[in-house]
Amino acid sequence: MEYLIGIQGPDFVLVAADNVAASSIIQMKHDYDKMFKLSEKILLLCVGEAGDTVQFAEYIQKNVQLYKMRNGYELSPSAAANFTRKNLADYLRSRTPYHVNLLLAGYDDTDGPGLFYMDYLSSLAKAPFAAHGYGAFLTLSILDRYYRPDLTRDEAVDLLKKCAEELNKRFILNLPSFTVRLIDKEGIRDLEKITLGTK
Amino acid sequence: MALFDVSGFKSYAELRGQILPAGRTHLVDRTNHYNFGTKTQEFSVPVGVDPSGFLKSCSSEDGVSIDLNHGTTTLAFKFRHGVIVAVDSRASAGRYLASNDVNKVIEINPYLLGTMSGSAADCQYWERLLAKECRLYRLRNNHRISVAAASKLLSNMMLGYRGMGLSVGSMICGWDKQGPGLYYVDDNGTRLSGRMFSTGCGNSYAYGVVDSGYREDMTVEEAYDLGRRGIAHATHRDAYSGGVVNMYHMQEDGWIKVCKEDVSELIHRYRKGMF
Repeated sequence: MEYLIGIQGPDFVLVAADNVAASSIIQMKHDYDKMFKLSEKILLLCVGEAGDTVQFAEYIQKNVQLYKMRNGYELSPSAAANFTRKNLADYLRSRTPYHVNLLLAGYDDTDGPGLFYMDYLSSLAKAPFAAHGYGAFLTLSILDRYYRPDLTRDEAVDLLKKCAEELNKRFILNLPSFTVRLIDKEGIRDLEKITLGTK
Repeated sequence: MALFDVSGFKSYAELRGQILPAGRTHLVDRTNHYNFGTKTQEFSVPVGVDPSGFLKSCSSEDGVSIDLNHGTTTLAFKFRHGVIVAVDSRASAGRYLASNDVNKVIEINPYLLGTMSGSAADCQYWERLLAKECRLYRLRNNHRISVAAASKLLSNMMLGYRGMGLSVGSMICGWDKQGPGLYYVDDNGTRLSGRMFSTGCGNSYAYGVVDSGYREDMTVEEAYDLGRRGIAHATHRDAYSGGVVNMYHMQEDGWIKVCKEDVSELIHRYRKGMF
């Protein structure tokens, strides 16, 4: 139902998520934001079971901010991703595991851009591009075909639009709009929402 | 020791083992890293009972069924002149109609309303607890609680009992410093802010009517009519909704109760356009 996508370039990460909050067959919200700002240059995209997503993401968000308050400097994207994975793993075999799938995207001043893929079984992988949801079955091959490590920002947005068009064409569920954000050394920037009419 | 054996004294550990099921004796969740100094939260659950397992056993078709049907339609929408809240009044227990005259709106304070759908007991209890927390907030902080904070309190209560079989689908409506507020909160911890929500098994019918008739610049009378129609049409199609439409209007200076109208009379009035 829900869809997340991330594309890493040489000095930026582009991420997008759909805007639908659904409950069984009803779209309860059309403008729901699935991205959580962990720090000035780190975004956490979170989908999964209702309730778990917001609770887990806000828990990670507040802990990352607490780290900054206590130590005076921010966690790097890699450290934040590993912290998130550790929490998922700790809760996995408890009475209340969190069923959430995540993408963590960030820009580190020393290591550059990073995109981390995590799933509800607390696996973690650093990847040049990644996607979550049923939509991933349709779009990962597009990313395999057209991705290059030296994409410009505009080319990455075009690649994202290609994926959105494919979903609009072949995916059985209607995902009318996507929030798009870009992270680079300047920070997190909102790009224009991708909205597609029915074809 | 001799006295122990003679007196028949049983140690606590032994007694506990007899009451609680084997294996799951400690109902406290703990992760194995540092807890940042907070006291581990414990929630009270009846000793020896597994709530979700118990509920599953009651939902079978044979014998007495305590089916927690979401037998309701409630709706709420924001518009220029505030928030309209409309609910039906039917309470069903499986296929039996327990009551046709239930009040599904809890008046938390003159500026906050909560609607109920799902299990009547759960909604009444937790929303009354929310009313208590809102009152305590007002007394401690000397200003009224915001709608966002009240809905967050309720959703955190729901998250504390995640997976234990609570059934609550509620809308928290109010007017605070940010203006009119409407939040949807349910038993799996979902909390959404929006312009229009409908809950219960008749919700899809209500969405259909209200979405097609909604305009942001409606007059107050048009909004009242839309709220009534949403519930009336939903009760017409959904067997588990019915009774009367209880409608409230949340204005800047508090809520007013608009009407309490029987749905069958409303349907007769609308009949000309329907068949």
